[in-house]
Amino acid sequence: MKIYIRDGLIVDKAAGAQVVDTDGLVALPGLVDLHTHLREPGREDAETVLTGSRAAALGGYTAVCAMANTSPVADTAGVVEQVYRLGQEAGLVDVQPIGAVTVGLAGERLAELGAMAESAARVRVFSDDGFCVHDPRLMRRALEYVKAFNGVIAQHAEEPRLTEGAQMHEGDVSQRLGLTGWPAVAEESIIARDVLLAEHVGSRLHVCHVSTAGSVEVIRQAKARGVQVTAEVTPHHLLLTHELATSYDPVYKVNPPLRTASDVEALRQGVLDGTIDIIATDHAPHTSEDKECEWAYARPGMLGLETALPIAIHVFGEQWDLISERMSYAPARIAQLSGHGHPLTPGNPANFTLIDPTAKWAVDPHGLASLSHNTPYAGMTLPGRVVHTYLRGVQTVENGKVTK
Amino acid sequence: MPYAKTVLTDADVQRVVDRIAHQILEKTQGAQDVVLMGIVSRGVPLARRLAERISAFEGLSLPVGALDITLYRDDLRQQAVRKVGHTEEPPGGVDGRRVILVDDVLFSGRTIRAALDALSDLGRPGVVQLAVLVDRGHRQLPIRADYVGKNIPTALTEKVRVKLAEIDGTDEVQLEAA
Amino acid sequence: MKHLLSAGDLTAAAATEILDIAAEMAAVQGREIKKLPTLRGRTVVNLFYEDSTRTRISFEAAAKRLSADVINFSAKGSSVEKGESLKDTAWTLQAMGADAVVIRHPASGAPYRLANWVNGSVLNAGDGTHEHPTQALLDAYTIRSRMGRIDGLRVAIVGDVLHSRVARSNALLLKTLGAKVTLVGPPTLVPQELGDVSYDLDALLPDSDVVMMLRVQKERMHSSYLPSAREYSRRYGLDGARLRRLPEHAIVMHPGPMNRGMEITPEVADSPRSTIVEQVTNGVSVRMACLYLLLGGK
Repeated sequence: MKIYIRDGLIVDKAAGAQVVDTDGLVALPGLVDLHTHLREPGREDAETVLTGSRAAALGGYTAVCAMANTSPVADTAGVVEQVYRLGQEAGLVDVQPIGAVTVGLAGERLAELGAMAESAARVRVFSDDGFCVHDPRLMRRALEYVKAFNGVIAQHAEEPRLTEGAQMHEGDVSQRLGLTGWPAVAEESIIARDVLLAEHVGSRLHVCHVSTAGSVEVIRQAKARGVQVTAEVTPHHLLLTHELATSYDPVYKVNPPLRTASDVEALRQGVLDGTIDIIATDHAPHTSEDKECEWAYARPGMLGLETALPIAIHVFGEQWDLISERMSYAPARIAQLSGHGHPLTPGNPANFTLIDPTAKWAVDPHGLASLSHNTPYAGMTLPGRVVHTYLRGVQTVENGKVTK
Repeated sequence: MPYAKTVLTDADVQRVVDRIAHQILEKTQGAQDVVLMGIVSRGVPLARRLAERISAFEGLSLPVGALDITLYRDDLRQQAVRKVGHTEEPPGGVDGRRVILVDDVLFSGRTIRAALDALSDLGRPGVVQLAVLVDRGHRQLPIRADYVGKNIPTALTEKVRVKLAEIDGTDEVQLEAA
Repeated sequence: MKHLLSAGDLTAAAATEILDIAAEMAAVQGREIKKLPTLRGRTVVNLFYEDSTRTRISFEAAAKRLSADVINFSAKGSSVEKGESLKDTAWTLQAMGADAVVIRHPASGAPYRLANWVNGSVLNAGDGTHEHPTQALLDAYTIRSRMGRIDGLRVAIVGDVLHSRVARSNALLLKTLGAKVTLVGPPTLVPQELGDVSYDLDALLPDSDVVMMLRVQKERMHSSYLPSAREYSRRYGLDGARLRRLPEHAIVMHPGPMNRGMEITPEVADSPRSTIVEQVTNGVSVRMACLYLLLGGK
């Protein structure tokens, strides 16, 4: 198969068009990540917009949504524009900033959501990710307020009173290891409340990193009632379980925590039946100082950009339509990224990635483009290698190497 | 060529133990103040047999103890962790007494060196002597036995295997080579 | 044995060997000369991130009685207080030639992390709310000395099981050694996942051979685990009346330090049924046995 590109768009065979021979590779629409931590500004020792963009392009992404929990927090037009411009300068993926819901992620008063929406960054997704917007009145107001510019609140669902000091999934393993439990109900109760709030005010709600079977059930019921709720799951919650904490290696510490095998099964089922709309990475780089320490003192989070697609292939097989929907079309729709998430048909922007689904590769934490090395997949052999990636017709990855 | 030849039969072992018992009685003026300390593991049944023979010959009941020398060895680091045996102080203790250490084989002398250290942590004997069933030579320390059942000249590559009924089900001493 | 991190890692045979060696060590403790030359030239570091004078001196006495060199590295007033990471501290200990590190740490699992970073043996002297394996071993030793056996005994572990490393290690070890363990306390403090559970101490007492009382910390009242100290002692404290409901032969244990009047009354703590003082004495012997098994070979 051949793909023809002119002026950044996919075209029918035409004179003067650039020709890309897919050459036995699988062509997928450029992936879109609705949940990425790029750490800049503030923690440039863990990741920068440039290094995170490289990791994204190598993972087959053409757009990533950068979470607001930077330092300073992305709670003003100034900060989101700064992140947006850094993404443009890097030029490897479109970096779409997410704005904070509350000032300083403090959960006390709304940030200037409208100003961020009207800024050059055109923010549409708002999230206090890392923290839950736990005050029900504040959450209700946020859901209502963003309707003015068709925004969406992406909620980190975690009832903070139920997770004080929490270290891992509450269950037999946490009891054995003497680590404070993070009960599933702390997530499920917030999602249940939020879908009722969204229903009440007629707003859109997006649920970040759903991690439990109970959450999948709450969302399934809400969708059946017609609530405008979308949900995401991370690759690690689709594959890994809480048993991994037995080593006390904080590379497995993440928030929400790794859950049980039956949760994993329910999440996979949710992806298959559409209860869960998207797979998002929650790419969370951390320095070795923040990870090579005692479990309780380590920061939660895992790398994800370069391994998300291989994990999806590993879990779901070569279901390219499913993968395109959950990792490109749907996240682009939720984030309202009109230039992304389209099929590879003439007239659409030439955002795509070519992968070799038969190639197996062993994950080497130091072989990844991210500045940090906190991948939980070290040593695992994964299927599917990104060979080339194109952003509006410009090659960002060539033969598995990033072009800049 | 591997071989295993019997150097003492069960009858020989009994004769040798009898002889040592007689020698102890001779050399200690009728076993006055004698305490028998068997070195774990095969020294312990030997010490009990000596006490039993002496009792049979003279009607004396000698105190018997057991001394485990594992924690005093000088070669602990050369092997995986060794089992620790049971040390049992003889009734009446060892202070001022004539303590006869009893072991099956005297070889390098290192076991006896360790046993002397272990014994001195138990108390302060008046005299310490040594009785062994077999002396196979090759001493590495200035140590000699006061009572020897049998001298068996050996090559360093050979092994002396002592079997005692209490532990092994039978009495026998074999010389083996791999 | 390379490390001693969890009581759950010990088989019945391995645990019994530790108790047997501890008995030999205890005999040494009864002599005029209490020292053995066994670990001459070996270096044991006591790395204590929590104040625990009792446990530290118990390990220190154990190491010294085996003739090891002992270095006490307390987190207070050291490089640790200046922000040095556990990993950097591990490298420092490595450079000092530590053959074994005895670690007490407020974070569960810290000894597991340390074991990745040092070549020597790591001995868990209490990590967060996880485990305290030598406490369980000394408790098992105490039970065996008093009762003659562990297999088949009915043991009630009473109190704040949720936050107790002593309870976790004891539940694991005593089950391995054949005891029937029941965890007792209010439902907020007794997780279901660790073993048999009872909320009714009074019902259990007549059928218990060993009652092990746990320390209940005052701060538990502040996070809604308990309504009040008074209600706790009324429902789960061991007083004279409850002591008399135990079988004649039953013993009462406490890992210390006690909250007299909270989980145990002075009458019970000081009764002949109480093994609290023996537990302390036995601690040194058991720790000697553990150090021997970790460092006494190649």
